[in-house]
Parts: sequence; C-alpha cells; structure tokens
Amino acid sequence: MAIFKLQINGRSYQADVEPDTPLLWVLRDNFGLVGTKYGCGIAQCGACTVHLNGEATRACVLPVSAVGKSKVTTIEGLSETGAHPVQQAWDTLDVPQCGYCQAGQIMTAAALLKRNPKPSQNEIDETMTGNICRCGTYHRIREAVKLASMSSPVGTTKSSKTK
Amino acid sequence: MQTIEHSSRRGFLKIAAATGGGLILGFNWFESEAATTTLTADSAIAVPGTDFNSYLSINPQGIITILSPNPEVGQGIKTAFPIIVAEELDADWTKVVVEQAPLDTKKFERQVAGGSGSIPHSWERLRKAGATARQMLIGAAAKRWSVPVAECTTDKGFVLHSVSNRKLSYGDLVTEAAQLPVPTDVKLKAIKDFKLIGTTVKNVDNAKIITGKPLFGLDFYREGMLFAMLQRPAFGYKLKSLNAEAAKAMPGIVNVVTFDNNVAVVGKSTWQVKKAKDALKIEWEKADALESTTDHNRLFRELLDSSGATIRRKDGDVDTAFKNAAKVVKAEYQCPFLSHAPMEPMNFFAHVRPDGVELVGPTQTPELARNETAKLLGITPDKVSVQLTRMGGGFGRRLKADYVVEAVQVSKLVNAPVKLIWTREDDMTGGSYRPAVRYRFEAALDAQGNMIGYKLRGASINAGNATREDNFPAGAVDNLLIDSVDHKSPITTGPWRAPITNFLAFAEQSFIDEVAQAAGKDPVQFRLELLNKAKQKPVGAIKYDIDRMKGVIDLAVEKSGWGKRKGADGKPVAQGFSVYFSHRSYVAQVGEVVVQKGKPVLQKVYSAADCGVVINQSGAQQQVRGCVVDGIGHAMYGNLTFKDGMTQQKNFNEYRLIRLNEIPEVEVHFVQNEIDPTGLGEPSLPPAGGAVANAIFKATGKRLRSQPFVEQEEFKGVS
Repeated sequence: MAIFKLQINGRSYQADVEPDTPLLWVLRDNFGLVGTKYGCGIAQCGACTVHLNGEATRACVLPVSAVGKSKVTTIEGLSETGAHPVQQAWDTLDVPQCGYCQAGQIMTAAALLKRNPKPSQNEIDETMTGNICRCGTYHRIREAVKLASMSSPVGTTKSSKTK
Repeated sequence: MQTIEHSSRRGFLKIAAATGGGLILGFNWFESEAATTTLTADSAIAVPGTDFNSYLSINPQGIITILSPNPEVGQGIKTAFPIIVAEELDADWTKVVVEQAPLDTKKFERQVAGGSGSIPHSWERLRKAGATARQMLIGAAAKRWSVPVAECTTDKGFVLHSVSNRKLSYGDLVTEAAQLPVPTDVKLKAIKDFKLIGTTVKNVDNAKIITGKPLFGLDFYREGMLFAMLQRPAFGYKLKSLNAEAAKAMPGIVNVVTFDNNVAVVGKSTWQVKKAKDALKIEWEKADALESTTDHNRLFRELLDSSGATIRRKDGDVDTAFKNAAKVVKAEYQCPFLSHAPMEPMNFFAHVRPDGVELVGPTQTPELARNETAKLLGITPDKVSVQLTRMGGGFGRRLKADYVVEAVQVSKLVNAPVKLIWTREDDMTGGSYRPAVRYRFEAALDAQGNMIGYKLRGASINAGNATREDNFPAGAVDNLLIDSVDHKSPITTGPWRAPITNFLAFAEQSFIDEVAQAAGKDPVQFRLELLNKAKQKPVGAIKYDIDRMKGVIDLAVEKSGWGKRKGADGKPVAQGFSVYFSHRSYVAQVGEVVVQKGKPVLQKVYSAADCGVVINQSGAQQQVRGCVVDGIGHAMYGNLTFKDGMTQQKNFNEYRLIRLNEIPEVEVHFVQNEIDPTGLGEPSLPPAGGAVANAIFKATGKRLRSQPFVEQEEFKGVS
C-alpha cells in the first residue's frame, strides 16, 4: 500500500492503495466517482474511458502509480451539470438505452472533438468503434457526435474550472 | 394521514391524503389476467404469476410522482409506463417525476423485465390508473365551481371550465380530490385523442446517465460493505481441494469461504479481491461430462437422426406428401452458444441480518431473487427486501437469480454486508448461455411449386423444445411435422433475448427462401401465397394473426421498394426478405447487400413492425434499431465454444461483439393502428439474421446456414 495524490476534475484526491490498482477502481471504490464503468477490465470495451491530460484513456488498465501528476477528468468532471456539447447532444438525440456504456462513449467523443473539432464520419466511426454498446445505440452515437461537432464551442472543457 | 378504504375488488385499495397534503392513489387489479410470458427456453425460469399495482402521487405544487414498478434493463419501461399513466391523467409531462419502485408484491403485479411482456400486461391498468385520478380531480374542480362534471375538461395538469373561462391546477385540487369516492368505472381516452403517447419522449434517466450519477447495481456502495468475487468450477467439475493461504495473506482480504463448489474471496476493495482470487490455488475434479464443441457437433448429427424426438405438432400425412412430391428441399442450420454479455457484469448487494435480508441490485426478476433467497435461508419471503437498480443490460441473463443467491450466501458466511461482483471473465465462463441448436428442415413441393409438406426437427443442448410449432408456416401447410430432441448438458443455458426465435427465425426464414427459390417464386410472393392459404383454408390452430403478418410484409415491401430498387450502377440491389412473429409483435425486414472488393457488405436494413399503438417514438425506434444491430451482430460474429467444459472465449478480445463501424443503416417503420400495444424489447431481433443471409445469397449465390457467418466457409469463400 502507498499513498497516491491525484488531480481529478480539478480537485485533489488521496488514496492509500496498492500501486498496481487500476485507476478505475480507485475512482470507484476510493473516491465514489462511479460514473466511470467497469465492462471488461482489459481495455476492450471503453466503458471506463476517462481523460488523462485531455486524452481518452482506459482507466481499467492504467495503474494508479502511472497517473503521476496527470490531470484526470471523469464524466463527473466533464461539466458540472451535463452542459458539455457532447452531453447535450447525447440528451437531445436520446442516445442511451440501458445507459451503462454511455459515460465511456461520451468521454471518448469529447476527447475526439477536442483534438478534431470537425471530424468526418469516417473519423467518428474510427474513434467510436473502440467503445462497445451492447444495446446497439451506435446510430445515435454517431449522430450525436456529429451534432456536438456542430455546437460551439466544442471541446472547451477544462477540468480546472470544475470544483 | 387520511385513509379511505375501498371495497371494490377491481379498483383502488386505498386513497390516502398524505401528511404532505398530496394525493396518493394506490391501484390493485386483482382480476387481471396473468401475463403469458414466453420465457420458455428454460422452464426452470418459470416466473410465478404476481400482482400488479400502479402508483402515483400529486403534490400541492402539481408535481406528479409516478412509480415505475418494472425493472429497467434498457427496454425503456421506466419511461414508457409513466407516459401511459400521464396520458390518461392529462398530466404536464415536464412536471412528472419518475421513481423506480422496489419489489412490492402487495402493490404491484408482474415486476418482471422479460418476454417483452410489460407493456401488454400493464397497458389497461396504467391507463385506468391515470384516468381514475383525472376523474377525481375533475370531480373536485366541479364541486368547487358548483358546475356539472360534464362541463369540465383537462389539459396539461389543469382542470378547465371553458364556459366560465376558469381553470384550476391539479396541485390545487389534490386535497379535495382525495376526499371523493373512487370511481369504479372510468372512461379511457379514444386513441385518436392521445397527446403524449406516440410522441417522442426522452429516457427519464438521461440527465443521470450523461453526468455519471450512481444508477446501476455496481454503483451501489454502503458504509462497511465488503466486496466478494467467486471462483466457480468449469462445467462438469467440482471442488477437490483449496489452498487459500497466499490469498488470505494479501492486503485487504478479510476471508476466503467455500460453498457449493465455489470459492469466495471477500475483502475491502474490488481490486484486492480480484488479485486474491487470482492467487487461489484450487484443484478441481471431474464430476460430470466434460463437453467440448466438437462433441456437440457430433451429437447434433446423432440427435437429428434419433428416434427419440418429441412430436410437437403433426398435421396431415407428411410421409405421403413427401412421397408424392415433385421436388424435395432439405437443409440444416446450426447456431452456437452465446453469452448474454450485458455491459454491466452480474453483481448484487446482500446484507443478511438476524431480522431479515436486504438486497439491492440489477435483476429482471426481483420476486424470484427474493423467493430463492428466502428458500436458501429458510425464512419467509416477507423478510427479504429487494431494491431495484437500473440495469446495464440483461438480455435475459438477469432473469436468473443465481448471482443474487451467491451474494446472500457470502453475506451469511462472513456475517457482513457484501457486494458480489462477477468479472467479465466470470460472466463469459460462468454459464446460462443461449443454447446451441441445429435444425433440419425438409419441404415437399408439388409440380406447381406449392409447399405440400413441411418437416422441422430441432436438436438442441439444454433448450427444451427448440421449435415454435404453432408459428408460421404452421396453418399454411396441409402436411406438417415438427418435433424436437434435447441433450441435457452440464453447460447451463437460459433465456437469451427472444429465446429460441433468436435463431429459429433466421433458420426458418432462410429455409423458406431456399424453398421459394426451388419453387421458382419470388420470396415475398411465396410467403404471401402461404399466408393466403392459411387464411382461406387454415390447417389446425395457429398463434399468429395472418392479416397483421401480411400488413408488415406489405409495409416492408413498400418502404424497401422490394425487387425494384436499383443501385448507382443501374443494376438491381440485392435484397433479402424475412418476416417473423414473436412476443405478440410482427416484424418484417429487408436487408440490402452490395459486393465491394469481392466481399458482401450489408448496407441497409428496412424494418416494418406492428406492435399496435407505439407508446414512445424515440424508445420504440431505439428498440428496433438495437434489436437489428444485436441480431446482425450475433449472426455475424457471436460464437462461444467449449473445450472440456470451459469456454474458449473469456473476454471481448476473444468474444466478438458488433461495433459501430460494422452497422448498416437501419430504417424503422411502424404499422399505424389502434391495437393494444405489445412489447418491442425482442421482436425485431429474430428476423434480422434471415434478412441479411437472404440478401447475401441474392448478392453472392452463397447460402449461409450456420452462425457466426464470419466463420463459415461460404462466407470466407465469397470473392
């Protein structure tokens, strides 16, 4: 066990865990940030996607010891109220069915739009293909990413602004 | 609190003006007929008949709280049920708050998510629930204004008196309404007057889902709760010996206990428990047959030729029909085991206390979970409470209570509140799969290409009856024999979204295509001829409505431009047709395939469904699209194989699920009618595989008879 200090959603967190504990379980078990989901544990489904310095990262295979000073953003920190353009598009197009994978889908889409604000459909497909939705909401996921890319501003989330 | 008891058997049990001044209406319909679910893949899952009760409250501010009793598994029931109540109540939807009700068999009936049965079972009850409250609110307003009830109308949370241009909000009226006698005969709206039903209504949990709020079973945490994982034996094995010394010595581990050949590791965090589980040293020993997929493939052939099949339906004289046939068509179709693989793995919270048991988690059958818990502990069911969480999918897996009972076992053994978690590997190796099946079809055609004889044998592994003997084409063929033969295996199976029909429909609709081809007829025309025959001269009893089936065929033909569509190159587009009746709904689908770089590529699926009245356009479209994607995905890629009682796929790197870049365009249409609504969680899945396979045949001349398609020689050989 060791103490790890993490910067998550603009706040400081501290956990006493084993160094190999995946960030996913530290978020969930230690910090109560349960929006980040467990789906496979081997970076295959994307349900655990968070941002590490703005990049989409699979928290289920990222040891807490490897996070260091990186800024972590989870679905809870993407916006305080669900106001991020991707979250808004998800609601507008009523994307979720069961909803379990959607936080990971939203985090993947938000990271895409941050680095590529106007992605082509091919670029959307290529990125979003990494996330499994067992309910098959893929059509609306694709449309919601397109819709969010038309909103302005896009991908301006800054975790430091959240408390 | 004021309470009025009502003695009518078919009506309100109780009206109470709660301390907050709100009107709370309880409903209980004792005379309701039991829902006929079709969870027949595994008769052990038989869901006991339960009482239903809908429940709503209105506070003085006009906020309407509607409790949704049925488990939400992604089928949209938590949105659809309240829409029905709110419609008849004439509520302002923006003032409706929806809450998930816990298991309560005294108040509610059939708290089950399965068999696409929630809507048909509850339609009338929910409407009456809303209409009764509305009538009482009108009564209160009429009294206050001293005007006849007949002069009052309602709109969006207000009672209106247009003659005097007055209006009162529901919130203003609740206290007085609560004093009125409960009407026993309420008038329901005409369907043409619906304002909310049939519109686009968003998922009531969207705000929580998109912001990552705790909603699911795995999100449930309780102070002092321990975490548990199990190591279960492969199929056919039992526990021989355990060395848990290393695991017990690991940080955070509280205990390692065994029960029923399972080894449970209990500790203070998920990861600590996972690591300790991996450190267990366990010896297993053979206790039953150790089956492999190669055994099953051999077994299927034996079963198909066996003399021990159970006859499910027999019309006319098939032997004579086949003897006199001008042409006989024969084909076999096979499907593998599938994992349900919901994105949220199995989990449940259990706290066994001296005074009772608290259960919290994702289940499609809370009452079963409660009853199995009570049975295990030798206590009465009323000592067990079950709180329902939103489910991260289920697809039938959560109809079983095995994982709930495991959590109870562990909580009892360690005397602490426990959340039991299955890893993805546990989920994929731990059983309750879609059974593997092989079908043999035979058809006899006369010289004019009429189907005069039809034979179907279903050979299955733990599927019971793998046929649906009273479905199409039964009723349309004079000489018909349907039988089934089942192998009992240690590999556990259970209902998987659209049990049996999820594969039977593909096999049957592909075979019908083969027969149409042999008869030299258009596949749609061939089906219509059979349906016309069943209409004019029906053979025996059937379970489907011929006109409704023809209705979806016509709609799919119209929307897809069947047989007339041309591609950009001016050549006809390769289309495949499929139509199926399941779970009381009718769905026809047309698949379109183009050959690109020598490979068939599925471009589009047109879907036409008749589920009666559509409750929520958004939810209904989602269910159809999701079913098509699910049906295609598993037909193309789904494959769970075994070696000596253990699955050869353990996670999503080996078990392929369809992904976003693999979906076709899906166009969704509904037949518009005023028939009482039926469910949509399953019926659009069964026809999808056949529509695709028939289109691939049209495009390539290759007939796919086994799933997954990507593993078939016919598919690989396409170039």
